[in-house]
Amino acid sequence: MASIQEIQEEIVEEFSMFDDWMQRYEYMIDLGKSLPLIDEELKTEDRIIKGCQSKVWVNAELESDKIAFTADSDAIITKGIIAILIRAWSGQKPADIIAANTDFIDEIGLKEHLSPTRANGLVSMIKQLKMYAVAYQTQVN
Amino acid sequence: MIFLDSLSRKRDRKQNYYYFSNIVSRHFTWSLTRLNVLINSLDRTFASMLDIKKIRADFPILNREVNGQPLIYFDNAATSQKPQQVIDKIVEYYTMYNANIHRGVHALSQEATDLFEQSREKLRAFFNIPLAKQVIFTSGNTYSINAVASGAHVFVKKGDEVIVSAVEHHSNIVPWQMLCERVDATLKVIPVLDNGQLDMDAYHKLLNDKTAFVVVNHVSNALGVTNPVKEIIDAAHEFDAMTLIDGAQSCGHMKLDLQALDADFYTMSGHKMCGPTGIGILYGKEEALNALPPYQGGGEMIDQVTFERTTYAGLPHKFEAGTPNIAGGIALGAAVDYLNHIGMDNIAAYEHELLIYGTEQIKTIPGATIYGDVTDKAAVISFNVASLHPYDIGTIVDKLGVAVRTGHHCAQPVMERFEIPGTIRASFAFYNTKEEIDVMVQALQRAVNMLS
Repeated sequence: MASIQEIQEEIVEEFSMFDDWMQRYEYMIDLGKSLPLIDEELKTEDRIIKGCQSKVWVNAELESDKIAFTADSDAIITKGIIAILIRAWSGQKPADIIAANTDFIDEIGLKEHLSPTRANGLVSMIKQLKMYAVAYQTQVN
Repeated sequence: MIFLDSLSRKRDRKQNYYYFSNIVSRHFTWSLTRLNVLINSLDRTFASMLDIKKIRADFPILNREVNGQPLIYFDNAATSQKPQQVIDKIVEYYTMYNANIHRGVHALSQEATDLFEQSREKLRAFFNIPLAKQVIFTSGNTYSINAVASGAHVFVKKGDEVIVSAVEHHSNIVPWQMLCERVDATLKVIPVLDNGQLDMDAYHKLLNDKTAFVVVNHVSNALGVTNPVKEIIDAAHEFDAMTLIDGAQSCGHMKLDLQALDADFYTMSGHKMCGPTGIGILYGKEEALNALPPYQGGGEMIDQVTFERTTYAGLPHKFEAGTPNIAGGIALGAAVDYLNHIGMDNIAAYEHELLIYGTEQIKTIPGATIYGDVTDKAAVISFNVASLHPYDIGTIVDKLGVAVRTGHHCAQPVMERFEIPGTIRASFAFYNTKEEIDVMVQALQRAVNMLS
């Protein structure tokens, strides 16, 4: 399994192939289709990430010492954003997720989504994923 | 070619060469296209009696670009843009007149007080309010509603009923819920029909001897539908109920005669009528304002203060505790001057044209559904396209320079009623054009293609 850093670099490289925002968004929408989907019965109120204009559900399971994330959203772009995040962080150790930085979001030209007031709640997603990592970290230890 | 000749004479030699090179014909065609656009827009301008080009020149923000595209601002229901005249007034105030008002004997304080009070008078005349002291400056529409709701226990007693409508935004629901909890009254809701209009039969049935207060917005912010407020007010008065009309979405878009309307309270937002943020109006009938206890205590709102007892100042000061938003109040007066200069009837007529045109154009998008598709409404179009999430569409059209609002528009019960997560809301103002609507529709179409 590649490290978070390696996967993030891979994503940055993929996005660098596109010249304009439209192609980047189209690619992001495509990535959304590859998102490991959360089980329908897990789409509960407590798994909704607050702070998003669209609904985003995330679930995290500990598999041996690594976290497997699944998610879904009712908005296509939001689904693409969470898919990028999960592609980099799913299957990684809690400690690595906690330590991961999110500069690569900026590098792939989606900087505007990092604003804390942005309605898609990317910042809330990052926080929620890291909180799962913190919670599982205590179990791993 | 004569036309081209005269044009080119005015240009430098380099451009002369350019004009008479072998691409003259291409440019001639281009010029004709531009000329056609100009003629079309002139036609439209004459139709509406407004010189939109001149008006647009007053709004400096309309010149800026967003995401590399010329800004198309269709979020006027959230806040209107400001003409240079209003911006200049704020600068002028802080440059020339800044002083605290109603207290100082010095010249500056007198001048600032005069300007502030002149502005109050302008607002009085603008809304046909009987007396200037019935114009209370507040920090905004939400404050105005809360000022009434928090003191409305003098009108609403235990066991009474307060009626609100199903198309209110949160600012006109929550303060009344809080009131009902406080005094142990019941909140009743006028249902909304599928077309976005209030169910008036249901309203008349809701009214009874226990009805103490009726609270409705003049124009719904989520759907843009104009409510029959005159009928609502008159029917409420039959049962001796008080009335408050939330005018946040009406005040900058239609001619209002608050005396004729006969509401006991009417609230307004300054920033939605070309004024600055942080200033709003609370209008009330004199006896209603006198009966209402003060909302905030402090300086300016007192008559005599001792530790045993304080007596309150008269209107409007009773509701203007502390130093008011002086610059905001004065600049709102400048906004009223500006709106008067254009004419509220002209504004309403032109915005209605934009509404009709925009509605037609949005309907050309396959799968588009408009919520509140009636003609008696403000220039607000709330819609969705097929099952696409409004957030997705809003994000893409923003990248194309078009500012629309997406989401629940602070009116979650409205969205629940129509069983949708939210809508895309395009809201127009008198400085918008049909050409901008065309660009929006193209952008929407591109977004739909990307997302489908």
